[in-house]
Amino acid sequence: MNVVEVKEVVTRFGSNTVHDKISFNIKEGEIFGILGGSGSGKTTLLREMILLQGYNEGQICVLGKNLKELNTKQREELISKWGVLFQFGALFSSLNILENISIALREYTNLNQRMILNASLTKLSMVGLPKRSAYLYPSELSGGMKKRAGLARALIRDPKLLFLDEPTSGLDPKSAREFDTLIRVLRDTLGITVIMVTHDKDTINSILDRFIIIADGKIGFEGTYEALKKEKKVHLRDFWDS
Amino acid sequence: MSFSTTFVEVIQNKDSTVIYCLGDWTLENITKIEKLFKFDTKTKQITLNFSRLDHFDTHGIIFLIDIVKKFEKRGFTILKTGYSKEFLKLFEVCEKNFPKEYLPPPKRNSIKEFFYSIGKITFESKQTLVSFFSFVGGLTQAMIRVFLTPHKIRFKATLFHIENSGLKAMPIIFLTSFLIGVVIAFQGAVQLEKFGANIFIVEMVVISVTRELAPLLTAIVIAGRSASSYSAEIGVMKITEEIDAMKTMGFSIWNFLIIPRVFALIISLPLLVFFADVVSIFGGMVVASSKLGIGFEEFATRMQESVEIKHVLIGLLKAPIFGWIVATIGCFRGFQISGSTQSVGKYTTISVVNAIFWVIAMDAVISVVLTEIGL
Repeated sequence: MNVVEVKEVVTRFGSNTVHDKISFNIKEGEIFGILGGSGSGKTTLLREMILLQGYNEGQICVLGKNLKELNTKQREELISKWGVLFQFGALFSSLNILENISIALREYTNLNQRMILNASLTKLSMVGLPKRSAYLYPSELSGGMKKRAGLARALIRDPKLLFLDEPTSGLDPKSAREFDTLIRVLRDTLGITVIMVTHDKDTINSILDRFIIIADGKIGFEGTYEALKKEKKVHLRDFWDS
Repeated sequence: MSFSTTFVEVIQNKDSTVIYCLGDWTLENITKIEKLFKFDTKTKQITLNFSRLDHFDTHGIIFLIDIVKKFEKRGFTILKTGYSKEFLKLFEVCEKNFPKEYLPPPKRNSIKEFFYSIGKITFESKQTLVSFFSFVGGLTQAMIRVFLTPHKIRFKATLFHIENSGLKAMPIIFLTSFLIGVVIAFQGAVQLEKFGANIFIVEMVVISVTRELAPLLTAIVIAGRSASSYSAEIGVMKITEEIDAMKTMGFSIWNFLIIPRVFALIISLPLLVFFADVVSIFGGMVVASSKLGIGFEEFATRMQESVEIKHVLIGLLKAPIFGWIVATIGCFRGFQISGSTQSVGKYTTISVVNAIFWVIAMDAVISVVLTEIGL
């Protein structure tokens, strides 16, 4: 089953065409990567999928819903089914980590205090944060810890879809690999579909099931890492060997 | 006691209790499920059977773990059967990460905190005072250096700030000072008419406006407009590491950021005050002619005859001092911004409040001193 379907999407900024009729599908349970050089519109594409940005032409369907034909209720329903991790965590700076993680449960569900606390602390530990960090504020955390906390916040409502914007950028190699493992474990246990924008070569060859490379506004490549190694087009292989 | 609902079915006999978990144990249903777990059992052994569970997520499982722990604490033995491989996998992950104990949030002792905060504020005020003096010292030194090597003055930046903080403030200055002129004349007219001393409206408006009100009001408006924007601009530059970049490239932050802003206000405030003088006197004239029958010409003649030029000069003399205060405080507070988005708001507010306060305080000092020496 396709979780995300992108059909002939065109995005323009002024006279600059970023996406020129891009089409691809993402299957349920996949860890899917969106790759490309700087300025190729990877993050823009991700933002279009999560309703943060519009596109000029074409169609994007997420979980079977066309993003341009949503009413307010459908929109809310759809938003509740995905979690997003931003590049720098984007934690709410006025709330501590525990509050950051639990805020969606407090706002949208009627769970009691004990259940919210259990769920939040379990997620906190799942992403590998120590218990004592629960009452710290985002400004007191390192970049890697912010990302983990952001991931815990994204996971709190057990989303069907997880969007990650450069999850390993700015992490040291060891933390980056731990983060990769974590994402795979979460996919295997929770059955989430993961869609990520990444540059990290190790991430790409170790956890991505499939990926696309955006080049010159089009899809330069779609497939697996093994397939890319056999690819004949020089500019795509350059993307690796650089 | 046996019963059956959408989510659980409990079958109890003499020596065993079997709880079947049914349907969807997911986030949407978890509160309903919780309400069902209020029953009591007599047997010491409970079997949880998951073979008829349709869907589950972490919230369902976390709830289960919590229930199991509660039962175990009360001395029950829990057996789990009929689970799928996926269920076991998720269950194990959740169980491993389930909080074993709850760390209490950091305790707050309000009395201790009260004294602590007094001490903290006192200490920080002292620190701020010291760093403000060192900022003013640095600024003075940089200004002297710039005067000795005038080619280092950044004219373009200075002009840019004159335009932004001075020229673009003219409409609001026009409006406020016109209204002040009108209000003073209006209130004065009522009182002066009682004594038949209509003509004194001229002294009243002109002296009060040029000597005190126009400089003060202009400085307050500029403090509101520019102190805040200077703080926010510099603070955001600090957060985005622009200032660090400038330092590493050997650009003096005094020459690039602070002196243009300070010069801009020192230069533009006297001009704005003069403009405000003219506009508010005009406001007074309008009221005088319509309310008291003193024509524009009569007003102007009387002004020339009886109002000394020193009042206007004193007002204009105060303007650059106010400009210096507003720009210096705006820049100083900007450099205190760090880290979070909240500190931008905090220090921007402080900078406006400080700038307005010190403008008024300085005005009071100048007023007392000048009156004492007979000016």
